[in-house]
Amino acid sequence: MNSANNHPLLEVKDLGVTFTDEKGSLQALIQIDFSIAREQFVCVVGPSGSGKSTLIRVLAGLLKPTSGEVSLDGIPVTEPRPGVGIVFQKANLMPWRSVLRNITLPLEINHIDPEEAASRARDLIDLVGLSGFEDWLPHDLSGGMQQRVAIARSLIRDPDLLLLDEPFGALDALTREKMGTELLRVWRARKKTVIMITHDISEAVFLADRVLAISPQPGNLRLDLTIPLKRPRAEEDRFSPEFVDLTHQLRQAIK
Amino acid sequence: MKSWVESVRRIGFLLLSVVVGLILWQLFTTFSEIPSFIFPKPIEVWTKLITVIENGSLFYHTLVTLQEVIVGLALGLTAAIITGFLLAKSRLVERVLSPYIVASQSIPIVAIAPLLVIWLGPGILSKILTSALIVFFPVLVNTIVGLRSVPCELYDLMRSLQASTWQRIIKLEIPAAMPVFLGGLRIGATLAVIGAVVGEFVGADKGLGFLVNVGRGLYDTALVFVAVFTLVLLALGLYGSVVYLEKHLLSWQKRNGD
Ligand SMILES: Nc1ncnc2c1ncn2[C@@H]1O[C@H](COP(=O)(O)OP(=O)(O)OP(=O)(O)O)[C@@H](O)[C@H]1O
Ligand SMILES: [Mg+2]
Repeated sequence: MNSANNHPLLEVKDLGVTFTDEKGSLQALIQIDFSIAREQFVCVVGPSGSGKSTLIRVLAGLLKPTSGEVSLDGIPVTEPRPGVGIVFQKANLMPWRSVLRNITLPLEINHIDPEEAASRARDLIDLVGLSGFEDWLPHDLSGGMQQRVAIARSLIRDPDLLLLDEPFGALDALTREKMGTELLRVWRARKKTVIMITHDISEAVFLADRVLAISPQPGNLRLDLTIPLKRPRAEEDRFSPEFVDLTHQLRQAIK
Repeated sequence: MKSWVESVRRIGFLLLSVVVGLILWQLFTTFSEIPSFIFPKPIEVWTKLITVIENGSLFYHTLVTLQEVIVGLALGLTAAIITGFLLAKSRLVERVLSPYIVASQSIPIVAIAPLLVIWLGPGILSKILTSALIVFFPVLVNTIVGLRSVPCELYDLMRSLQASTWQRIIKLEIPAAMPVFLGGLRIGATLAVIGAVVGEFVGADKGLGFLVNVGRGLYDTALVFVAVFTLVLLALGLYGSVVYLEKHLLSWQKRNGD
């Protein structure tokens, strides 16, 4: 991606998605407008069925919107593009590939030397805390471990933009916090842009520069909230009046 | 260590069941006074076996049938895999071809075999084709079902990684379809033997099916037995190879009860 900063990294204009099948049609998203600057950490919150995964699929270029436009780096998104890493809501691992080979898959597709790919994968396996599980198969891992493999896989091409669909959904509270902190570390060290979906409003406020709140049926942007909390943030911040007020605003918005 | 003990036990049980079978067979033929041209004694079959091994005819006919089976299987597989890919990928191709495929399946192979012999002559080619035809359908169905069973989320994954069509086939579709496909191959491998023998029955001057026919004509029932046992061994060998292949290719699969 070029580094010209005169336009936002991602621009979403009047986005609408309608699913139509034999049984009828369903409006999943309607009139979504927002843009995201480089190196921003944005969380998207909303109740189940509000179209969050649908939004991610559109941003990723996997789903063509019914109306409106998405552009990445000034170029309309019509298909998946390099420089974007995705973690799907389900881990989406290949059951016949070991942890290591699941993580190296994106590099394999880029024809990168297997040794080099494996060594990069090992670093990421360390990062997500799965050392020692390199040769395990997905079905021998817990849901949370599988999701961590998916996170490592999304990072292996060192993408500029990370699209994360509830990446910590299957994790326990402690691992969740730890992974959140790790994600922040990667984001700051590597200067990435992150769009992360979560059910957890408190997690969103804790991690993000900005939180988008989507209301359900049809999914519509209700609140675009900047999080003014200083970084680095500490666990205790969750109990500060400012934090509580922010979560309250978001909760009201998506009711 | 444990698996070693386990395989010795398995072989032991196999030997035991063979020995019990032989004893029952011997007792049956001894006490029932059935003439040996109707039901030969084990020893007569054994003598016949030694004779046809020594004069080389068993080896010759087995090789002919094996050749028909292998080439027929390869041909049927290739055709089924290619057609399966096309049918799984294109609704149009499926709509156009599937009536023919289903209709062709309702014609029993024994009814087509004489036609093939008329068209292709009594040589090895007509047997290869009967074998290929009988292999085709189950492998085709399993190829399609296998390809359709690839989770659509993994297609999304491959697309998001900008994988080429070729990479998608090699890295996703083939491994994901493999379990169901191999199930079809299991059936196909045993059917291939049946196909070749049906072809040989209709008209041939060599092969194990031909040997069965000869034995029947001469009331040499021991010869029929030898030919049939060899066919069974052939089918078992093929089946075993597929199972072996499955074990290696599908070692990632969680077995039930494991
Ligand atoms: N491919 C599809 N075809 C038809 N309807 C769909 C499809 N994908 C999603 N939908 C519908 O669109 C709506 C939004 O779905 P989506 O998966 O985006 O919600 P979500 O916000 O991610 O929910 P969750 O938090 O439970 O993951 C739902 O009502 C869903 O049934
Ligand atoms: Mg979702």
